Amino acid sequence: MARHEGRGMASVNYPIGMNLGGDPSQALIHSNPDGKFTVALSAIDLGQGMKQVSRQIAAETLGVPIEDVYVDTADSDTGPHDMGSFASRGTHRMGNAIIVAAREARGVLLEAAAEELEVNAADLVTDGRGNIHVRGAPSRSITVKATAQAAQFKQGKTIAGRGIFLIPLSAVDAETGEMNPNTAFAHACLVADVAVDDETGEVEVLRMTSAYELGRVINPRMVEQQLVGGAWMGISHALYETPEPYYPNPEHGPRDFNEYLMPGPGDIAPYHVTVLERPAPDGPFGGKGPGEMCANPVLPAIANAVYNAVGVRVDELPITPEKILRGIKANGGAKPGPRRGGPVNWR
Amino acid sequence: MLELRKDLFADERDDNLNVIGKGVQRQDMPGHVTARTRFFDDHAFDGMLHLKVVRSPHHHARIRSIDTSAAERAPGVKRVLRGADVPVNKNTLLSLINFGKDDEPSLAVSKVSYKGEPVIAILADSEAQALAARKLVRIDYDPLPAVFDVEETLKPGAPVVNETYPGNYFEYHERFDHQKLRFGDVERGFASADIVMEHRYQMSPIEHAPTETNGSIAAPEQNGRYVVHSCAQGLFFALGTTAKIVDVESNQLHFIGGTVGGGFGGKVDSLTEPLAVLGAMLTGRPVRFVLDREEEMLYGSPRGAERIYIKDGLMRDGRIVARHIRSYFDAGAYTRLSSYAAIKCTAHVPGPYWIPNVASDIYVSYTNRCPSTAMRGFGVTAVDFALEVQMDRLAEAASMDPMEFRILNAYRDGDMKPHRRAAKNTALVECVQVAAEKANWPLSEQAKRASSLIGGGAGERAQIPATQLDARGQIGRPDTRSGPVTQVLPAGTSRIAPSKQPVMEGARDGRATPTQVPRYEPQRPTAPPPPAYQPAPPPYQPASSYSPAPGHQPASPPPASPPPAAPAQTQHGAVRFSSVFGTRRR
Repeated sequence: MARHEGRGMASVNYPIGMNLGGDPSQALIHSNPDGKFTVALSAIDLGQGMKQVSRQIAAETLGVPIEDVYVDTADSDTGPHDMGSFASRGTHRMGNAIIVAAREARGVLLEAAAEELEVNAADLVTDGRGNIHVRGAPSRSITVKATAQAAQFKQGKTIAGRGIFLIPLSAVDAETGEMNPNTAFAHACLVADVAVDDETGEVEVLRMTSAYELGRVINPRMVEQQLVGGAWMGISHALYETPEPYYPNPEHGPRDFNEYLMPGPGDIAPYHVTVLERPAPDGPFGGKGPGEMCANPVLPAIANAVYNAVGVRVDELPITPEKILRGIKANGGAKPGPRRGGPVNWR
Repeated sequence: MLELRKDLFADERDDNLNVIGKGVQRQDMPGHVTARTRFFDDHAFDGMLHLKVVRSPHHHARIRSIDTSAAERAPGVKRVLRGADVPVNKNTLLSLINFGKDDEPSLAVSKVSYKGEPVIAILADSEAQALAARKLVRIDYDPLPAVFDVEETLKPGAPVVNETYPGNYFEYHERFDHQKLRFGDVERGFASADIVMEHRYQMSPIEHAPTETNGSIAAPEQNGRYVVHSCAQGLFFALGTTAKIVDVESNQLHFIGGTVGGGFGGKVDSLTEPLAVLGAMLTGRPVRFVLDREEEMLYGSPRGAERIYIKDGLMRDGRIVARHIRSYFDAGAYTRLSSYAAIKCTAHVPGPYWIPNVASDIYVSYTNRCPSTAMRGFGVTAVDFALEVQMDRLAEAASMDPMEFRILNAYRDGDMKPHRRAAKNTALVECVQVAAEKANWPLSEQAKRASSLIGGGAGERAQIPATQLDARGQIGRPDTRSGPVTQVLPAGTSRIAPSKQPVMEGARDGRATPTQVPRYEPQRPTAPPPPAYQPAPPPYQPASSYSPAPGHQPASPPPASPPPAAPAQTQHGAVRFSSVFGTRRR
């Protein structure tokens, strides 16, 4: 009886946004008389950080400090329509709508500043710290705050913008499946290292190593949170969870977290993620969206690692100790596969 | 631990940005960690009623009679709702985008199709009173045979789960019992292959298990309006669904949400909002309808299970020459969003690989279980599990390293996908290379030199092949389940017009001239303009007024006038990026 280590991998891609389009998002942005901006949306923050992504995209496009932007979501009386936070669409769809709105608001801001400075708006730039000045001549400047006050009380201008982003709904051909699905794809490859006990059938995930390509990373801390949390969900899906343990027999469903098997803190594996950025041509600053795909490669990588460890293919999830032991028995013992590489190269 | 590899695709990015790419703290984080953030259930109202539903104890049964008289007299009970009280008691979620037929009642009337299906709603002063009264409702059921297997349910004679779809399958295009994908000739591909292998994969359902269970609070506002504090993942999706079911104008509903305690797809279905609003309308009182943990676990709609068969034709040198996927989505008793996931799955076939002959048949099957719904990656997660385990098997059969096998078959820029659009902006090869490097998994020099930018779209890789069509699965003709070829489409045939590139407002009308994303001059030395993303010359401008996200464009000068009018036609997917040439070209 022994514990066998094994290594498996999987590579995947993932479509961003509702597959066939037809899922618009809108944004409204306006400034108060002190040059502080409110972004009104109806996007939903599920904990993934929708508000913060919106705020960073708005601040970047407006050219103002992030502290001067506040995101107000989601009240159907004040926030314009958005399809919702699902299908990995938040950053991509809403981000683009915010860029459109923020560009328009920035245009008015610079026009108002140009009037105050008596220059051409096309010659103005922002410094991202609350100032607007003539390109190449930082001394000829005005603050965003003074500009907003002048716009409101002197010039009678609304520093505001509206934006919508829509990929039109595509048809699907009945006979060939031809369609115009989504416009951006993210990519990933993940390696799982596991140990399988051939006496108990238990699987321990030792570590995971992955590379994700997500277009532009808008906020690396939030990308990390998504990818790591999602990978744990993937471990759970691969090895533990099911509300129907004898599927398709529907009986013996769990009623609470005592009966619904999930990994505990001791089952969480160290995880190293490397992120590549190949900007999406139609993404906000090239951003795609890490929301959904982060569990996907974990499932097959663990299944392949179990096979590499003991020679058992489990093609029905979850990969329970019972299924592994039955497989080992059917094979006449554990049959470890070839070793693949040495210790990890995490820096 | 997160590491950014800025060296890869560096010439496709302008990294001269102010706050994009920075790990700045979230505006809502202090509220979350000090418990000041308000979720839907943090709203208290005077005189609030609590709604609980009576659920079916049977998987499938006809309802003979319902007696609620004892429940109505129970302490604290203010109102009992039946199906007949629901103004529009049949809905399907995607009716908002005209996809599918209304098939699901809010409260079952003549029969129940899954264990846990709501039949009666009770509104009482306290949760305990509502729960007590729930036990007093007498429903006389006549149990019916039930079916739980996604393939058994499609056989002749299986019990009809969902009368709207009497064949127990979602009807695609009003013609077929499944969604097809046909690209090339898979049978010829299998015949020419050295190795043919077919395997069956079974995905398990899983529970979303959000920290905050599904729920909502609805209360009368002024002027016949109702405010709804909601956990919805799509605020207007929930508003639109509720307005349809309770039959009011959308501006009579004021939905407030936006901060949700975990969703993962399980809060798209509007499980509680319609009945909460209906209760508030009929009683004039605020109504709280929240699922308890057991309801969330058993009846809060799970990730649907999928059964997938993959058949592949493989050459000894490791090239995959044909792939056929047959998959069955377990929708449970009603459609919810499964019909959509099957289309998404079809677009995803055959995974991130280039294969010359590909076909798939994706079914949505109805069974007598709780309807499944969206969950993180649905339509893709299950088939990725099946595909990548199959890829591991194929690599072994070809005596190849699994990483090298992925790189050999990976799709690259310019490759034609089976849904007949060219791949662009791909990066699978680079992900495999980087993961191998970090995991210390040895790769050959040849595999290390491979690139998503090289070799894609060469020769037949860019072509739509001649394709065989068939009438298999025509509705009303079970004999056509295994029908012969009906037609051969010539190579290059395209039937769906390419979609327009997104048109971004603000660039074309009389409003302010779009202003490019700022450069932050004082803080930085002037960066040379990046070699990629030169201003696109007019013929390459994707559509009339859409310009790529500003991060891709040099900052100055801002365009003096809106971009030129649309070129004659823009082939979706035919515009691609090339870091080799530094320009976007057709």
